Amino acid sequence: MLDTAAPLVKVKNLKMHFPIYRGILSRRAGEVKAVDGISFEIMQGETLGLVGESGCGKTTVGRALLRLYDITEGTIEVNGHDISTIEGEELRALRPEMQMIFQDPQASLNPRMTVGSIISEPLDEHTKLSKVEKRAKVGELMDAVGLARHFADRYPHEFSGGQRQRIGIARALALNPKFIVCDEPIAALDVSIQAQVVNLLEDLQEQFGLTYLFISHDLSMIRHLATRVAVMYLGKIVEIAPRDALYEAPLHPYTEALLSAVPHPDPSQESTRERIILKGDVPSPSNPPQGCNFCTRCPKVIDICRSVEPELQNYGDGHFAACHLLE
Amino acid sequence: MLDNTATILDVANLTTVFNTRDGAVHAVNGVSFSLAPGELLGIVGESGSGKSVTMMSLMDLLPSPPAEIVSGEIIIDGEDVRAMTTAQMRAIRGGKVGFIFQDPMTSLNPVFTVGFQIMEPLREHLGMSKRQARARAAELLELVGIPDAVIRLKDYPHQFSGGMRQRVMIAIALSCDPKILIADEPTTALDVTIQAQILELIRELRQKMGMAIIWITHDLGVIAGIADRVAVMYAGQIVEHAEVKELFRNPQHPYTRALLETLPKAEGERDKRLKSIEGQPPIMNAAPTSCEFAPRCAHAFARCHVENPQRVSIGEGHDVACWWDAKTGGPRDA
Repeated sequence: MLDTAAPLVKVKNLKMHFPIYRGILSRRAGEVKAVDGISFEIMQGETLGLVGESGCGKTTVGRALLRLYDITEGTIEVNGHDISTIEGEELRALRPEMQMIFQDPQASLNPRMTVGSIISEPLDEHTKLSKVEKRAKVGELMDAVGLARHFADRYPHEFSGGQRQRIGIARALALNPKFIVCDEPIAALDVSIQAQVVNLLEDLQEQFGLTYLFISHDLSMIRHLATRVAVMYLGKIVEIAPRDALYEAPLHPYTEALLSAVPHPDPSQESTRERIILKGDVPSPSNPPQGCNFCTRCPKVIDICRSVEPELQNYGDGHFAACHLLE
Repeated sequence: MLDNTATILDVANLTTVFNTRDGAVHAVNGVSFSLAPGELLGIVGESGSGKSVTMMSLMDLLPSPPAEIVSGEIIIDGEDVRAMTTAQMRAIRGGKVGFIFQDPMTSLNPVFTVGFQIMEPLREHLGMSKRQARARAAELLELVGIPDAVIRLKDYPHQFSGGMRQRVMIAIALSCDPKILIADEPTTALDVTIQAQILELIRELRQKMGMAIIWITHDLGVIAGIADRVAVMYAGQIVEHAEVKELFRNPQHPYTRALLETLPKAEGERDKRLKSIEGQPPIMNAAPTSCEFAPRCAHAFARCHVENPQRVSIGEGHDVACWWDAKTGGPRDA
C-alpha cells in the first residue's frame, strides 16, 4: 500500500505563533508559540498519527497544514504544490485536494441545513455538476459512509453522534480529496461507536487511496490505525517513528511517560505495571522553558537540557527523536 | 443480592424517571447494589446509560420536577435516605458522602477563593472556627499534593490548571472525612499524564483514609487499574456485576464482552480490524419490557425480545442479567 518514494505532504520548519495583545492600546505583548518549528512528511496512502496532550499544538498543526491559518514561518507542500503563502483563488482551487474531519460533529454541521445540502455544499462550491448529478453523488457518498439515502432530507439534530460524524466524513469525501486531516474524530463518541467510525475511516482509506493525518490523544487507537506516529510536546515534535518502533521501543522520555500513563483494560497487568508519573503540568506555550521544552517535567533531566535545545535526529529506520540523553 | 456483611451503602431497586414535555425518560430502571466500607466500586457505561443519574438520585440532587424517584430503597450507614428531611439530607451531602464531578471548572465557584470553598464544608458540617478551618484547608491541599498550600488558599479557581483544580475538588470532597466518596468521571476531562497523577493520588488517599469509593467512568482501562468490583450499566440497568479480575477475565454479558472487544489493544498483537457494536443505545421512553440490548446483541433469541432479564448469580459475587448463557452458548436454564 505504501509508496515510500513519494511523500504527499512535506512540512518544513513550520511555525505558528499567535500574538497576545495587552492593555488599552492593544500593544503586542508576546506570542503563543503554538507550533514552533516542526518538520515531517506524510507518505502517499499512509496514516500519520499525531499525539500529544491538550495544548501541545496538534490541532494547530492540522489546521495550519490546510492553510486555515496564515502561517508564521516555514513551508508546506501538498501533492507537489507549495501552499505556504498562496492565497485567494489560487488556494481555493487547491482546497478540493485537502479536507478535514472535525472533532465535534455537533458544532461542525450547520443545524439549519439538511444532510443532503451539507454533503453537497462542497459540490456547489467547487464543481459545475447539475442538480441531478449532485443528487446522485450525494447518494453515492451516503452509501459509502453507511447512511441510508432517505436521510438526505433530515436535519443534523435528528442524528446520533456517530451518525453525525458519518455526515461530516461524507462531506469531506465529496470532492475526492487526496489528503484528509482527522482532528480527534472519535474523541466525542462513545466506546461502542468509536470502533464503527474507525473501521469506516479505514475502509474508505483503502477504497479511495486516502492519506490521513490522524490527530488524537488516544494512544491505543493511534496504535491501531497509524502507519507512523509523531509525538508532540509544547509546540514541537519530540519523537516520530514507525508505529511498532514507537510503541515497543520509545526513545524520548516523554513518549515513555505518555505510554506508561495509558491505562490498560487488564486488571492483573494494571496491578503490577510500573508507571512513570510525571510531576506538574505542561508549561505555558507563551513562555516555554529554556533549553528542552520537557526539562521541567522530565524524570531523566540532566544539566545540558536546561540550556541547549535538543535537535530532532535520526536513530535509524526512520526513528527520529529530540533528546540529549540519546546523543 | 444484598450482602449480610456490613455495608456502608445499600441501594435496592432504584428507579428514576424524568417527566419531560416530550414524554417520560426512564433513566434508571431498578438498580440495586451495595458498597462495603473501604472498597472501590467501579460503574462503567456509555453516555446515557444512567450512571450519573443513579448517583445523583442517591443524594437527591436531581431537580424535581422533571426528575422523580419512582421507587427504591437507599440506606447509607444504616439510615434510610429517602425518609430524611431536607436538613438531614444537607448534613449527609459533603459530610458522610463526598462528591467529585467530571468538570472541575464548572463545579468550583469562580468568584470565591479556593480556600473559601474548602473551608465552607468544614465550617458548615464540622462547626469549625475560621482559623481552624483555614489550618485544616491548608492541610487538605497539602494532602492532595498542591505545593505552597497556605499561599494557594488565596487563589481563585482560574489560577489553577485542570489537574490542580481536580485536586482541589478532591480536597473539598475529603474535607469532612467522608465514609463514601462518589467520583463521577473525575479524570475524563484530563490528559493521560495528569489522569495518571490523579489515579495515583486516589490510590494513596484510599490507603491513608480508608473511605469507600464509587468511581463512575466509561473507560475500562481506568477501571481495571483502580476498582475492586465493577458494575456494568446499559440503558439504566446493571447488566453485569463482578469482582474486577473476574469481570475482565470472564465477562458473561454480551454487552460487556462486546465493550471489551471493541477496545484497541494497548500492547501485544494488533487487531486487523476493530470489532464494533452495531446500532445505537436505545432511547428510554418507556420502562423496559424486554432486554434493551437485544436489538444490538449477536446472541439474542425470541425470549430476549419479550421479557426483561433480571440479574442472576452465576458464581462467587458475579451476577448477570441475560437470557443467554455464555458458558453453554444457549439459553439460560430457569
